[in-house]
Formats: sequence, structure tokens, C-alpha cells
Amino acid sequence: MSQAQATPLNLPSPRMLDTDDFIRKPRSLWSNAWRQFKHHRMAMACLFVLIGLVLVTVFGPLVYTRRIDGIDFVNASKAPELDHPFGTDDIGRDMLARVLWGGRISLSVGVASVLGSITLGMMVGALSGYFGGKLDTGLMRLTDLFLSLPQLPFLLMVIYLFRDTLRTAFGPETGIFLMIVGVIAVTTWMPVARLVRASFLSLKQKEFVEAAHSVGVRTPNIIMRHILPNVLSPVIVAATIGVGGAIITESALSFLGLGFPPDVPSWGRLLNDGRDFLEVAPHVLFFPGLFVSLTVISINYIGDGMRDALDPRKTR
Amino acid sequence: MLGQPKKLLVMISTLIIVALALSACGAAPAPTPAPPPAATATTAPAVVQATATAVPPPPATPTKAAPVAGACGSLKILYWQAATILNPHLAQGTKDFDASRLVLEPLAAMNPDGVPVPVLAAEVPTIANGGAAKDFTTITWKLKQGVKWSDGTDFTADDVIFTYNYASDEKTAVTTADSFSNIKTIEAPDKFTVKITWKDPNPNFYEAFVTGLGTILQKKQFEAFSGAKAKDGPNLKPVGTGPFMVREMKPDDVVTYDMNPNYRDFKNGKPCFKDVTFKGGGDAPSAAKAVFQTGEADYGWNLQVEASVLVPMANAADSKGILATAPGPNLERLLVNRTNPDASLGDKRSEPGQPHPFLSDLKVRQALAMVIDTTEMAKQLYGPAGDGACQVFATPKAIVSPNIKCSAVTADTFAAANKLLDDAGWAKGSDGIRHKTVGGKDVKMNIVYQTTVNSLRQKEQAFVKDAWEKLGTKVELKSVPAGVYFSSDEANPDTAAKFFTDIEMFTSGPESPDPTNYLKGWTCGEIKTKAGKWSGNNYERACNKDYDALFDQLTKETDAAKRNDLAIKMNELIIKDVVIIPLVARKSVSGYSKALKGIIFNGWDSEEWNIADWAK
Repeated sequence: MSQAQATPLNLPSPRMLDTDDFIRKPRSLWSNAWRQFKHHRMAMACLFVLIGLVLVTVFGPLVYTRRIDGIDFVNASKAPELDHPFGTDDIGRDMLARVLWGGRISLSVGVASVLGSITLGMMVGALSGYFGGKLDTGLMRLTDLFLSLPQLPFLLMVIYLFRDTLRTAFGPETGIFLMIVGVIAVTTWMPVARLVRASFLSLKQKEFVEAAHSVGVRTPNIIMRHILPNVLSPVIVAATIGVGGAIITESALSFLGLGFPPDVPSWGRLLNDGRDFLEVAPHVLFFPGLFVSLTVISINYIGDGMRDALDPRKTR
Repeated sequence: MLGQPKKLLVMISTLIIVALALSACGAAPAPTPAPPPAATATTAPAVVQATATAVPPPPATPTKAAPVAGACGSLKILYWQAATILNPHLAQGTKDFDASRLVLEPLAAMNPDGVPVPVLAAEVPTIANGGAAKDFTTITWKLKQGVKWSDGTDFTADDVIFTYNYASDEKTAVTTADSFSNIKTIEAPDKFTVKITWKDPNPNFYEAFVTGLGTILQKKQFEAFSGAKAKDGPNLKPVGTGPFMVREMKPDDVVTYDMNPNYRDFKNGKPCFKDVTFKGGGDAPSAAKAVFQTGEADYGWNLQVEASVLVPMANAADSKGILATAPGPNLERLLVNRTNPDASLGDKRSEPGQPHPFLSDLKVRQALAMVIDTTEMAKQLYGPAGDGACQVFATPKAIVSPNIKCSAVTADTFAAANKLLDDAGWAKGSDGIRHKTVGGKDVKMNIVYQTTVNSLRQKEQAFVKDAWEKLGTKVELKSVPAGVYFSSDEANPDTAAKFFTDIEMFTSGPESPDPTNYLKGWTCGEIKTKAGKWSGNNYERACNKDYDALFDQLTKETDAAKRNDLAIKMNELIIKDVVIIPLVARKSVSGYSKALKGIIFNGWDSEEWNIADWAK
């Protein structure tokens, strides 16, 4: 990210650094934020949980090599036991293998689509808020247009139009992954755009922006380095909520037959498939449910921590 | 500082507890439909109690007197698809036919053995009693006399003839047109006789006016709404001759009925129920719960739920209901596309003249068919709701081939199937997938296999995929919402009719015990094409001259035994040629309260075919 190289806010001039060896190493926006973040204990705990989840889903299937689609009626609907730590579903497929595999899909869809959605939203919001005028009107009406689109028919249309093209271009799984991520991003960027625009409208009047103008900072830099970091906190909160939403949307799409092929076990699909088994084999629901909840909760807390950490008014 | 790690621990454990609690919420995400609301609330307590006590003391009726109509109180029927119209000739599905059957009646119903029994007819015409002509050209129905519509007017042959005129008017656009399409003329020699002359000799002479497809509309009520005005007709409140009459209908929600005091057996105590609520909505699992667990519904229709969920629920010690199954004509099958569904063919996709790169090879089809253990599949996935199938018919017995038996699938079967594929030149490539050069192109056995979105079907898909991938094919599964899949939307590429995949799966079956119309669906003339707007019933686009010759014979043959022989031969030919791969002979599965009596479960007609006899 370009912000990573952001100019430290209270930077002594480089010439002074050369002459004075005793000056303490300057703290960047991000190291500052990290220091802040570390003080948020829930956020730290959740960060570990999330990293754990990611590691488990990425490396789990390499270690736990049982097939996700191995049918075994003899061991159907088994409760968790040593051989099947998460039990089996009603046709004897191993739930641990499916949950691990499903995590890869759900997490990557969740994160990728939210990244797409906030990138799009920030771009539209920043342009619209900073430049104002006709561009603002145009972009905001576009936002309204997208907000008023009925989501499901829109999704259906997009999917019918592009599924085959993407499928032939990237293969059934990558193609559908791209399509789902794209579709979720395209239908969820609007709130972010509005948030960013509102913040830009108020921030662009502030003294520090005027100061930047007066020393001749160029517009892209003003947007990227001076205003954007101040806008990040609401965006990050929106994004963290979005990840959970995206995981659920993916499962809804799969449920409608518009997502991944029906034998690809994303967490949402596992939940949907298992809902009839609540009484007969609750473990079929429990584990995917646990993982989805853990993910969403962790991401929300991390978002909470990041918001506090990134808030420029709260620097310790 | 010492306190911090501890706090952290506490927080993590709280987090996990919260997560667990939330996951439990997440665990029941299904929008489980609420139990029937307000409309039924008033009568609910009494009914629940009656079902709970299992032995319902009938309301104080004089012991020796004849039964009194309406003595059984209320009946609650739950269909997880709601009825949308009560005119069966404009019906959209079974739910509509069944909901209208409480009100409207045909001349004859089909009993569970596929034999017609009279309803509005005085007797069923046969060749023996002279009602049906020996050369199959005419059939003469004698109607019951003294039958009244619920508005008190007389039912006569005029109503029957009107129903034909209504249904045969193309502008009415009835959905039951097939059952009237072979009629040349229809006349009423007297007030209570109807004579039908067929266009061609019709061996299936119970085609018209029998079962839910042939219920009679009242001329007086519908006369003004024939043709283009049909949609404005009294389709939500038809006047009928049946045991009940409509009190109120809310389309896509609920229908309430009152008993019909003009019903011909009203004096004999029929119907026993005073009123009926026909509630729609929800899904099959929640309908099963309503019948077996909560007892909210007395009757739950079409409980197509995974066996591992349904059977424990129905057999539980405190189950309030009984699971009823009846063998029916419906067969879950895999359809094998004989034409090439490759998207790059554009308009020629899945059109005749574009042979499928590997499924047009009989040996490939045979290998794919032999490795599916349908018996195991039916046992594990369908349980009481279906039997493993290996041929086109499971009922009626006369047309079931004695020469086809399901054989067990073992390692030997796989070896034999692999050998078949090897012999046919389909060798495994470096990726383990069989391929062969066909027409100058290297063809890989990548199979796209579609069906509707349905968790049971998705498991069938997984089962088939598992077997096929062991043979060295790659199977991509696809599921399409049923509304799209079965629609006739010409713009949609995902319909079963367009069949833009290699394999597809659905259930279908003959509508009457006579299989002529059904078998016609595999003749060459029925092939679905773009030019023909994908009408016709030959989904597989298979064309076999021998089969067509047999079909020609069938349409001309008038001897019952010979007809059955022909049907068996055609049945065998479909299997030998692997036009379809039969999977499961499905049974109708419904559940009803243990307190309910008189239900005769029927795979050939509406489940409500004898609702006048139901009691509690």
C-alpha cells in the first residue's frame, strides 16, 4: 500500500537526522498504530485467533489429507471421534477435511471481496468528496443507482452473462471465485463510498490540508497522504463488518446454485447443508458455525482495535 | 503487569464462549417458516390435543345413528408449496391440483393400483361392459344422476362437454391440454351420457376426465370465462361437486374450505371434517416436523427429506404421525446427452447433428451406467422414499421387465467398466483423466452434470461423481434453482430442456398407467431443438429407429397383453442403449397424524383423491 511509505507526521528534516545521531528513530503512522493496537487486548487476542484460523485452513489440508468427498455410508453421521475429529456428515464425508477446505474458500472470498469493495468505495468516495462539483454529482448518482439496484436480480443477470465466459477463461473454480468476489465487491462498495466522501468533504477544509496546499503538495499526494489516513478508521470498521457479510453472501449464492459447484464445501454451504441435521447430527452444523463465528468475531474485534489505533486524535 | 495475561486469558475464554453461543445461532440459520398463523389459530388447541392423546374420543355422537357429516372437526393439511390457483386446468403444479381436488372432481379417479374407480361416473366404461369400443375409437361415460354442484344446481353432461370446450380452446391455454388433445368430438346423447370419439384409436381411453387432470368445471360459473378471458375467471373460488367448498383462498398462502352440504354423500356422513385448512409454504423438513414432532398439521405432503433425518423423526417414540409411502410412476434418472453441449458451438449447441464427443459412444455410456450402485444410493439417501431402479418402470407390474435386474456394484464391476473404456480407446492421460482423439480433436472425459438445487440431489451428485471419478473422468457438478431449471424460458441457458451439459438429472414419470404418451418421449420426432423452441419430450436427443418402429406398433396394437410386451421391449431398449441411467424409483411420501383414518395413499392420483372418506 502506498500509505505504508507515508511521510511521518512530525518528521524532523532529513538534514537534521544526518547531524544528530541521538535523535530517536522517527515513528511512522503505522508503527504508531501498531503500538496503539498492541494495547487493545481483545484485538490482539483476536488477531492471534484469526492468524491461527488462516494458518489452519492454509496448511491444515496439507497435514490432514483425508478427502473432502470420500463417501462412506458405513461411517455416516458419526459424532466426533478419534478417526473423524469433527465427525462425518450423512453420507460419511469427513467434516474436518471439509471444514478446513471450506475455510480456504470462505476466508479468501470474504477478504478478497471486501478488499475489492473498499478499494472501489474509497476511490469513488475520495474523487467525489475531494473534487466536488459535477464529478461529485455524477459519482453520487451512480452510487444511488447501485444502491437502488435490486441485488438478487442484478446478481442473476451478472452471473448469467459472465459465468460461462469466466469459466472457460479461468476454469470452473477460479472463474467462479473471480465472479463471486467481483459480484460481491460491485454490490457492496456504496456505503464505503458515502462514508469516504463525507469525511473528505469535512477534511478538505481543514488547516493541515490548506497547509499542505500552501507548501505545494500535489493533489494526489494530498488525497493519499494527508486526507486518506484520517478517513481510514470508519472504512476499516465497514470493511470488517463486510467480511462477515461477504462470507454469508457467498453461501447464499451457492445455495441458489449460482456460486461454487455444489460439491465445493464453503463454510456457508456446510451450514446450509447441515441445517436439517440439527437434531440428528448437530456436529455437522456446529463446527462450520463455530469457525464462521470465530472468524467474524475476530475480524470485528481487530477492526475495533485498528479503529482505535488509527484514530489520529487518540495518539498516546 | 502480572494481572494482564490473566485478563487476556479470561477474555479469550469469554470470546470462545460467545463464539460457541453464536455458532449455535448460526447453526439454525434456516428461515424455518412459522407455523400456520392466524388463519388456523382459532381451532388449533383442540386439534393439537386430539392428536396428542392419539385415541381421539369422537365428539358425542349417538352410537348407533349413521355418521354425521362434519363430526370430525377441523383438518389441517400442510403443503410446503402453497397453492396459487384452484382451477386445475390452469394449475401450476401438484399443489394446485391437490388443493382443487377437495372441490372439483373428475369422472373417475385412479386407485393405488392404477385402476380407475368411478367418481362422477356411474361406472367405469370398459370393453367388457361395452362402454369402450373394441377398436379404441370411442368411449362412453354414464354419469351419476342426482349429483348437485355446491350452489344447488344439477350436474349434467353439459358440464363435461363445457369442460372439454374450455380446455381445448387454445386461448384458454390450459396446462392439462395433453389429456384432451386426442379427442375428436364429444357429445351428449342424453343428459347423463357423454360419448367421446378419439382422433385415432386410443388405447389409453382413460386419458380424459380421469384423475386430477380431468376434473369437471361448472358450465354456469365458467361459461363467460373461456378462452382469453380465462385468467379473469373465478379461478380462486370454483363451485364444485366435491365434499368441500372454498370459504376463502389467499393465493400463495392458505385455502380454507367448509364442508359442502350439497355433496352427494352428505347424508351418509361425508365428509367427516367440518372444515379444512390447506396451508402452504415452508420446506419439506419443516413440514415433516409439523406432522411428526409438533402435531401442528394433520397431513404433510411430499416429505422429500433425507432418510437420515426423516426416518428417526417418524419413528421416534413420541412421534405424532405416520409415514406413508406409495409406489408411484416417478423415476429419478440421469439423462445422457447425445449431442455436444460445447459452448463454442453457439447456436448448434446441444442440437441434433452434433454428436457428443464421448457420450455418443455406447461403451462409455455402459461403463458410466454400470458403476452406479443405485440400490445403495436409494437405501442410503432415500430410505423409505425410494427403491434403487434399473429400468424405466417400477409400476404397474405388467410393464416391468422381468429381464432387467439390478446387479451389485463391486470391485469387479469397476474392473469391467475400466476394461470397456480401455477397449473403446479411452486411455488415461498423465492427469489420470481418460482421453481419445475424436474427429481430429483430443477429447477429455470432462463431464458437467447438472440438476436442481436440493440437498438430497446434491448428495446424489456427490455419490455419482465419486463412482465416475474412479473410472478416470472428471466430473463438474452444477446446481440450478428448480424454478429456472424446469422453466420454459427460452433466454435461459440453464434449463433442463436446453440441456447444455453432458449429464442432467431429474424425476419424471408417466401420468397415467398406460405408458404410451410417456414412451413417445424417446422417439426421434420428440427431440428438442432450438428451432422447435425446445418443445417435445426427448431431452436426451437420442434417436433409435428400432425404438420408433416399436412405438409405431404400440400405437396400433389393441391387444392388452401384446401392448404390455411392446412396452417391456421399449423399456429394455432404453436401458440397453443407455438413453437414461435410472437411479431411484421414487415413492410418494407423506406423513399424517396417527389420529387420522381412511387415508389410502395413492401414487397414481391426487393424495386427496378420497378425502371424503378421511376421518378422525
